[in-house]
Amino acid sequence: MSAHEHDYVIRGASLVDGERTDIRIADGRIAELGTALSAAGATAIDADGLLALPGLVDLHVHLREPGFEQSETVLTGTRAAAAGGFTAVFAMANTSPVADTAGVVEQVEALGRRAGYATVRPIGAVSVGLAGERLAELGAMATSRAGVRVFSDDGHCVSDALLMRRALEYVKSFDGVIAQHAQEPRLTIGASMNESALSGELGIPGWPAVAEESIIARDVLLAEHVGSRLHICHVSTAGSVEVLRWAKARGIDVTAEVTPHHLLLTEDLVAGYDARYKVNPPLRSSEDVLALRAGLADGTIDIVATDHAPHPAEAKDCEWGAAAFGMVGLESALSVVQAAVVDSGQLDWADVARVLSYTPARIGRLSGHGVPLAVGAPANLALYDPTASRPFDVSRLAGKGTNSPYLDRTLPGSVRATFHRGYPTVLNATPLAEETVSASAEHADRAAGTRGTE
Amino acid sequence: MRHLLSTRDLSRDEAIHVLDVAENMADVATREVKKLPTLRGRTVVNLFFEDSTRTRISFEAAAKRLSADVINFSAKGSSVSKGESLKDTAQTLEAMGADGVVLRHPASGAPHVLAESGWIDAAIVNAGDGTHEHPTQALLDAFTIRRRLHGGTQRSSDGAAAHGTARGRDLDGVSVVIVGDILHSRVARSNVWLLTTLGAAVTLVAPPTLVPIGIDTWPVDVCFSLDEAIDTVRPDVVMMLRIQAERMSAAFFPNTREYGRVWGLDDARTARLAPDSMVMHPGPMNRGLEISAAAADSARSTVLEQVANGVSVRMAVLYLLLAGQGEGL
Repeated sequence: MSAHEHDYVIRGASLVDGERTDIRIADGRIAELGTALSAAGATAIDADGLLALPGLVDLHVHLREPGFEQSETVLTGTRAAAAGGFTAVFAMANTSPVADTAGVVEQVEALGRRAGYATVRPIGAVSVGLAGERLAELGAMATSRAGVRVFSDDGHCVSDALLMRRALEYVKSFDGVIAQHAQEPRLTIGASMNESALSGELGIPGWPAVAEESIIARDVLLAEHVGSRLHICHVSTAGSVEVLRWAKARGIDVTAEVTPHHLLLTEDLVAGYDARYKVNPPLRSSEDVLALRAGLADGTIDIVATDHAPHPAEAKDCEWGAAAFGMVGLESALSVVQAAVVDSGQLDWADVARVLSYTPARIGRLSGHGVPLAVGAPANLALYDPTASRPFDVSRLAGKGTNSPYLDRTLPGSVRATFHRGYPTVLNATPLAEETVSASAEHADRAAGTRGTE
Repeated sequence: MRHLLSTRDLSRDEAIHVLDVAENMADVATREVKKLPTLRGRTVVNLFFEDSTRTRISFEAAAKRLSADVINFSAKGSSVSKGESLKDTAQTLEAMGADGVVLRHPASGAPHVLAESGWIDAAIVNAGDGTHEHPTQALLDAFTIRRRLHGGTQRSSDGAAAHGTARGRDLDGVSVVIVGDILHSRVARSNVWLLTTLGAAVTLVAPPTLVPIGIDTWPVDVCFSLDEAIDTVRPDVVMMLRIQAERMSAAFFPNTREYGRVWGLDDARTARLAPDSMVMHPGPMNRGLEISAAAADSARSTVLEQVANGVSVRMAVLYLLLAGQGEGL
């Protein structure tokens, strides 16, 4: 076998600053940048016209394993991630059992390592069983092999102000962050769409913007008071953007994410009671969408995170009231971001690298990801064709969930290839077979000395 | 139109046509044999995921008077919390050859989903969905108002029909005050769209907690005081909505005594109404809460007419959707 068996040379890609370059990948790292690199012994990949982005990092996904494997597994969810150009994902804690102990987070981390499609960083629950009553073993999760730094009860709000204060304070000792699902529970009993003229007309219980904004306002003040780091999940309203802008101007250490769907879709889609559009927080008004785009463009909102939420078909193929909340988003994220804020000129590709790679890795304290493509950097990258525009269909979905709101919608762009730790997970816009990827992951582990022979 | 899902979708001409056909159906009720052969061989399923004996028997009577085969399917208590069940039930009914499905469901929009799902080919009639709409209730309310104002068909002792002047008429110039839990009322929503489409002026009266956000986009006036509405609107029609027991414990208002005092149609308020005004209630009534016994039993009350007219209107809807399928409304 050749010494360069696992080497790749990517020809003619454009970096986010517009520079055109070849990229040589060897030993899990970017070995060389420049024009007319020798491809001797390496596999050459033609990337003419393609954009080379740093591997995307998603701070908010639901991988469903353990407990809900009919919806998604760590393997299928990370395959969806790879198909979307992601090389690292942060897996939310609302599994069964809940990720509120070191054992569960270590299991999830190990499942991700074995599958190899992307680096999986578990998010730990803030409270035991997500019940919002007692702190989970945050320290044990932080010092576990999973090295948890992000804690969230996502799906539930940490609505108890005292518990939230204690959580914010407690994670300071290991540089953790609390990621809040901002939803005042009493204001949203039974709610399943944006509260608006439309919800009144459709007779669907409304989820008012104030239920999100009041929690964000409370929590930025708490974070200021105790000097902690706070992250706000899936910001969805114009008012939330205003509160965050105020908080940042005041110097409060808060970061915030927006989902691709909240950047593109509006509540009008609910009018046909199609449960694919049922999501929490709900789709909002077009004014909210514009405010979120502006907030992302001016830095008030730091990152885009998908809130990838797969469900089995029957959870959506039913009446609105019975349907589950959530949408899959990993495979479509980059295309939706392009459609919502790149094609409009609000973000350039360097900004995309910032909001979908550099900053989410920094918030999650994840090393080896979210760094610019440079010689010596770990070879986590995606090749993206921003020109192709075509209907988004199920063939683009690589996880178990088909609950995408974009099916049959025309979206720009296509992820052509993804490299994770120097090996390909996606080539020719198709995820590689799980055996291939898991073998590559094992090889990479051995090379890095992070896995012994088993 | 293949289905009746909401009154929002009805044009003025379509609505008047339904009411006119209902006049014909009302004539049948005065005959010795109260039955038409029109839907012989067709199957109507009353699919009720929520208890409503009144609505169910009204649809049942309507279908039977049109000679349809009627199947009553009460799905309440079965595994309705699983979303699959609406789909499975629909596919089962499709396999059995249902021509029409009358659906009552606790989830808003369930009839829309059924109509667009491809699970079933049958015509869908919304018999009340969650807090969304109850279109046949609004049609029967409009029919009742129109008959009271303009007269229906009278029949003399020799059997000759003397038609009143209601046919073809809209509700231009009629003022209607709807009082009660607007936020959760499918009756209110269907009436707002239908009555305003027919030209009526609608005023909604409720405590502010029971008025939906965004009501300013509706084609109505809103008033928080029943007294003020009675005195300023001088309504032709006062429609009282039922206060549901579950609202009473959810802090929408302090208690039933205060609600009755401020928003109930008590005897004093009834006495201030214009002499020929109507008092309507979709039933069942909470006597002494939203409506006094005297108001409910007075000559102004249309409560029993509404029940009788409900059968005529539902006959009209089933006839228009199922007879000579494809012609529609």
